[in-house]
Amino acid sequence: MQQNLMNDMHLADLPAIKFLVGDTEGFADIKTVSPLMPFDDKVTEFLNTLSKNLMADREAKAFPDVVTLAFWMRRSSIMKLKERFVKDDGDIHFGQGIVFHIAPSNVPVNYAYSLVSGLVTGNINIIRIPSKEFPQVGIINRAINEAMKTHKIMKNYIFLVRYEHSQEVNDFFSAMADTRIVWGGDNTIAEIRKSVLSPRAGEITFADRYSLAVINSDMYLESDEKERLAESFYNDTYLTDQNACTSPRLVVWTGNRKDEAKSEFWSVLHRLVRAKYEFQPIMGVDKLTSSYLMAATHAGVKIEDHEDNYLIRIRLNSLDESIMEYKDNCGYFFEYDCDDLMELKKLCNNTKCQTVGYLGDREDIMPLLRSGIRGIDRVVPIGKTMDFDLIWDGYNLYERLTRTINLLI
Amino acid sequence: MSYEALLEIPPYSLEKEEKKKILTERLVELTKLHKEKCPEYRAILNSVDFDIDAVEDYEQLPFLPVRLFKELELKSIEKEGVVKTMTSSGTSGQSVSKIYLDRVTSSNQQKTMVKIVSDYTGTGRMPMVILDCPSVVKNRLMFSARGAGILGFSIFGSKKIYAFNDDMQLDTDGIKEFCEAYRGEKILLFGFTFMVWQHFYKELVRLKEKGIIFDLSNAILIHGGGWKKLVNEAVSQEEFKQRLKDVCGLDSIHDYYGMVEQTGCIYMQCECGHLHASIFSDVIIRKPEDFSICNKGEKGIIQVVSAIPESYPGHSLLTEDEGELLGEDDCPCGRKGKYFRIYGRLKNAEIRGCSDTYAAKFNE
Repeated sequence: MQQNLMNDMHLADLPAIKFLVGDTEGFADIKTVSPLMPFDDKVTEFLNTLSKNLMADREAKAFPDVVTLAFWMRRSSIMKLKERFVKDDGDIHFGQGIVFHIAPSNVPVNYAYSLVSGLVTGNINIIRIPSKEFPQVGIINRAINEAMKTHKIMKNYIFLVRYEHSQEVNDFFSAMADTRIVWGGDNTIAEIRKSVLSPRAGEITFADRYSLAVINSDMYLESDEKERLAESFYNDTYLTDQNACTSPRLVVWTGNRKDEAKSEFWSVLHRLVRAKYEFQPIMGVDKLTSSYLMAATHAGVKIEDHEDNYLIRIRLNSLDESIMEYKDNCGYFFEYDCDDLMELKKLCNNTKCQTVGYLGDREDIMPLLRSGIRGIDRVVPIGKTMDFDLIWDGYNLYERLTRTINLLI
Repeated sequence: MSYEALLEIPPYSLEKEEKKKILTERLVELTKLHKEKCPEYRAILNSVDFDIDAVEDYEQLPFLPVRLFKELELKSIEKEGVVKTMTSSGTSGQSVSKIYLDRVTSSNQQKTMVKIVSDYTGTGRMPMVILDCPSVVKNRLMFSARGAGILGFSIFGSKKIYAFNDDMQLDTDGIKEFCEAYRGEKILLFGFTFMVWQHFYKELVRLKEKGIIFDLSNAILIHGGGWKKLVNEAVSQEEFKQRLKDVCGLDSIHDYYGMVEQTGCIYMQCECGHLHASIFSDVIIRKPEDFSICNKGEKGIIQVVSAIPESYPGHSLLTEDEGELLGEDDCPCGRKGKYFRIYGRLKNAEIRGCSDTYAAKFNE
């Protein structure tokens, strides 16, 4: 019933939808647009133009996240993805069709990564853009509109919309979607799931997750790139107020010279944080509340001495599974000394556990990863936790966003 | 010094050094008491390796963020000893502070408040008009901040009436009669700042236009609860006073700063417009970045210490309010101790992150 109802509905009957890219006229024909094969040249060339537009944009230079995005979209980078994901298997692959994306409200460029994932896999994309006005969104959309002037065909594949929270509109876009991608965490997912998908449609949800870092003290102390490592760790954490799903909340120290490594690592980081991080007055109160709450509810907690409220460290003497319920952000770290990474099994045997930022011997973490834990989707070098890839949050987006015509003739 | 002995000292009579000595001694005692009796408090002190024997000044004592009282049930007495549980005001769905009082702490709160307020109103009870509605204190099991404030101040009233009915309509006739009956006596008006403005002042203005005029030149108004809700009205403290005076002749108006977590130790505004710390408590203004102590005239986060709390570890607290120290021992009003001003609540952090519900955890 609902399905029919939705099919009969038109944009004009819905609460106001603003098109930031695309228009109602183009949208009217959306169901007649054919999906493309993955990594279609039209898409690759369009992305390369978009990348150039962004690199040339004076305003964009002020936003490292936009620059990173532009870099990721250039031809050579997309070709590398193609090499990794396109297999000559004799089958025919196509985009699923229409992908409805719900972008998160407070990571400015995230919607663009979601869009590019939908495009390179050959899909038609409808993206709900967050209502918060980020300068990055304006810059990127301007560049998209500019690139479309020379890649007119792409107008059929990109519809960026903004609307007030409305289940009616969610219903409408969900009903026409072949795949729905929901960013924004548990509450947003619960909200969006009130809107029914068609029976064949799939859904990719990015739920609330947490991440950690593992650092081998000996390897750290031997490194002659301590400043760069601090910078990398800063990007993993403070750059997103340590509140991204990828931001390490816990730092696990291994190796023989833990105390020495800690003292150096944190003092180099602290200098950087003092120089770069924009501290808000309530943050100190928040972190004090979190640390005392942790101390009052968990045995053996030690709040490390700190010069100021920019960087707070909580030393744990056991990895209670509940610790992540007590996590905080903006420079609030749990720390744990560990001689065998299998000790992390309990903590990581949890579907909420996402990324491990890693500095250490590859072999040291293998037993843990092979132990059948339900968490940990990626292990990446320190500084790379935010690097987007078509394998993200444990999903192979390439596979999830394409369909296969199985050829056995 | 016992609290009874402290209560014998006039509330604004001690100079800085004397006050420091007495307050440090008492607050160190309280710290030890709570460390012994409250397991969560003990765990917190242990987590920072706090050494009570090294304390020379109460400024060195740890302070608990007030939000902890929303997250934890902190008390230093057995359940059986609890005679009252106070809660902070909070709209539905939000967690509220829970403050557990025993007989001693509850009684010391009341005695302390009498000492402090009498310094402004004079001793002896007065006919009292409560600028609120009767229903706000009806549920005596759960004391809201508004209810607790009213009950707390009610001890100053010889004869009391509520100014509003439960629909917040001003009882014009009732108040007229009341003022007639006590003509020539000093009348105490008490209410929350926003209520006073919204339901009392505005109604007086309306009545005046119709020719109904109240003369409250012999009254004293004590009001508290903060200015947050008046921001939309764009009323400054000066204007608040001036306009009340214009409409009904009310000349003696005192704001106060206080919180349910340290009931009793309120900070009254003097004739010069300054909030004052009595000998029973103090404010310490701290820098947000590192919690070091601000200089006079520097804006920071307000820590409050109180010599009262024995039943819960609330003798040293970090508020979420911003304030500024104006001076110490030298207010023109003659009262000793620190005097300061309040800027209101700290802003919630605006942070980035993947999850759209990022700020929900502690939001008020």
